[in-house]
Amino acid sequence: MCLGVPGKLVDVNRDGEVSLGRVSFDGVVRQVCLELVPEAEPGDYVLVHVGFALSRIDEEEARRVFELLAELPVLAERPEAVAEDAVGDATVLVAPGTTVKDTA
Amino acid sequence: MKYVEEYRDRSAAERIAAAIAAAATRRWVLMEVCGGQTHAILRYGIDDLLEQSVELLHGPGCPVCVTPLETIDRAHAIAMQPGVMFCSFGDMLRVPGSNGDLFALRARGADIRVVYSPLDAVALAEKHPDREVVFFAVGFETTAPANAMAALVAHRKKIRNFSLLVSHVLVPPAITAILQSPESRVNGFLGPGHVCTVMGTSEYAAIAEHYRVPIVITGFEPLDLLEGVLAAVRMLERGEVGAPVQYGRAVRDEGNAESRRVVDELFDVTDRKWRGVGMIPKSGHRFRYEYRHFDAETRFDVHAVETREAAECISGRVLRGIDRPTDCPAFGTRCTPETPLGATMVSAEGACAAYFAYGREPERRLPLVSAAARPEKLGGRNGAFR
Repeated sequence: MCLGVPGKLVDVNRDGEVSLGRVSFDGVVRQVCLELVPEAEPGDYVLVHVGFALSRIDEEEARRVFELLAELPVLAERPEAVAEDAVGDATVLVAPGTTVKDTA
Repeated sequence: MKYVEEYRDRSAAERIAAAIAAAATRRWVLMEVCGGQTHAILRYGIDDLLEQSVELLHGPGCPVCVTPLETIDRAHAIAMQPGVMFCSFGDMLRVPGSNGDLFALRARGADIRVVYSPLDAVALAEKHPDREVVFFAVGFETTAPANAMAALVAHRKKIRNFSLLVSHVLVPPAITAILQSPESRVNGFLGPGHVCTVMGTSEYAAIAEHYRVPIVITGFEPLDLLEGVLAAVRMLERGEVGAPVQYGRAVRDEGNAESRRVVDELFDVTDRKWRGVGMIPKSGHRFRYEYRHFDAETRFDVHAVETREAAECISGRVLRGIDRPTDCPAFGTRCTPETPLGATMVSAEGACAAYFAYGREPERRLPLVSAAARPEKLGGRNGAFR
C-alpha cells in the first residue's frame, strides 16, 4: 500500500491548477504530481507514491547504507559443499580469520 | 545510482545479518508496522536469514487489511447505486465484503474502475460530468496527502461529481495500542519509512521515549530492513531508546510540511475501528465540515451495516504481535488469499497472505544458514537478491 518508487524527474509542467512533472522509472516515463514537493527540480530523484512525489532522495544519505557496510567485517568465501555441511551452524558466517562470536 | 538494485546485494545482506547475530545476546522481538516491509521481509527471506538472532512480528501495517468489513460493505453499497463510477486502488478489488468483492460487483453490472492515482479518479469525474465518481480513499499517512490533494484539485476545478469514501488510518495510535497491550512481547519496532517521509520522526521519538523502546525508521529494500534491525538490536543491547532514521535518503526529521498542511486542511482526526483490532482512539480521518460535500458517506445514504467476522480467525492476535500466522489452525487450509477469513489474509501485504505467498509453513522454518546453501531463498525464485 505504502509503495514508494524512486524515479528521476525529467521535466516539470502544469495542468492548469496542478503542478506536474515527468518522472523516469528506469526508462519508463510517467506524469507525476509535484504539488507536495514544490522544491523538486529536473535531475532530482524523487520518491513517488500513487502518482505523487512525496520526497526528494538525498544522495549523500543514500550512500550511508554502504558506508555502514564498509565498517562490517567481510565474510569468508566458502565452497558450496562446506556450506551444505554446515547447515544449522550459526558460525558459518565468519569474519576473516575469526568466528562470528569473536567479532562481538 | 537508481536507489533500488544497490540495496539488494546478497553478500552485503549476509554481512549485516552476521553483524546482527554477533550483536544479539538474546533473541530480540521486533515488529514492523508497514505492510510493504512485511511483504519485503517474507519475499527476501529476511526472517529466515535472522531466524536465530531476531524474531520478527508483523503489526497492523496494511491499511487494506484493517479496513473494517462494514466499510467494505458500505463501499459496495455505493458502487451498486445507479450512475456511480466507483474507483479504487487495485489492492481493494479482491477484498471480500459480506456479498463478494468488487470484481463480483463488476460482473453484476457495477462500474468499477481501477486507478493508479486518486488524480486519475478526478480526471474520470471531469470527463464524465453525468456520472457520480467515488474514490475509495484507503491508506496510511503516506497516501492521505495524495487523497487530500485529489479533493483539493476537484475543489479548485469546481468538479462537483467527485467524492471520496475515506478510510485513512494513522500509525502512531496503533503502535501505542500494541505497546499498551499486556500481552505484547515486542522489544522494539522498525518504523514505517514512507509514512515518515510525510509525518517526520517526532511522533515516533515521543512514543519511543514514553514507552522506553527503540523505533528505527526503516526503508523497504533488503539492506534497509537489515540495517534497521541491526540498529534496533544494537540499541536494545545498550538499553537505548529513541527513533533514529535508517531511511535517511527519503525521510527528514521534519517530514513533508506541505503534505501535512494539505491533509490538515481537508481532514480532522477521529476515532477509528481497525479490522481485527477494534476501536483505536484518534487513529483515522474524517472530512472537515467545510469539505463535507466531498464525503461519499454524506452524499450517499448508506446505512450502518451489521457484519460478523469468522470466529476462528486470529488476525487480531497476529496484528498485535501475540500470535504468528502459522499458529492459526485455519492458515492455508480454510483460510487462503482466495477465501480469506480475516484482516491479515485479505491483502497481499497482510502478514498471513505474505506467509502464504512465500511458503512459510510451521514445519518449514529453517535454521540460519549461509545463503550459498539456500540459493532458492535468497537467489532466484522470487527475483530476490542479486
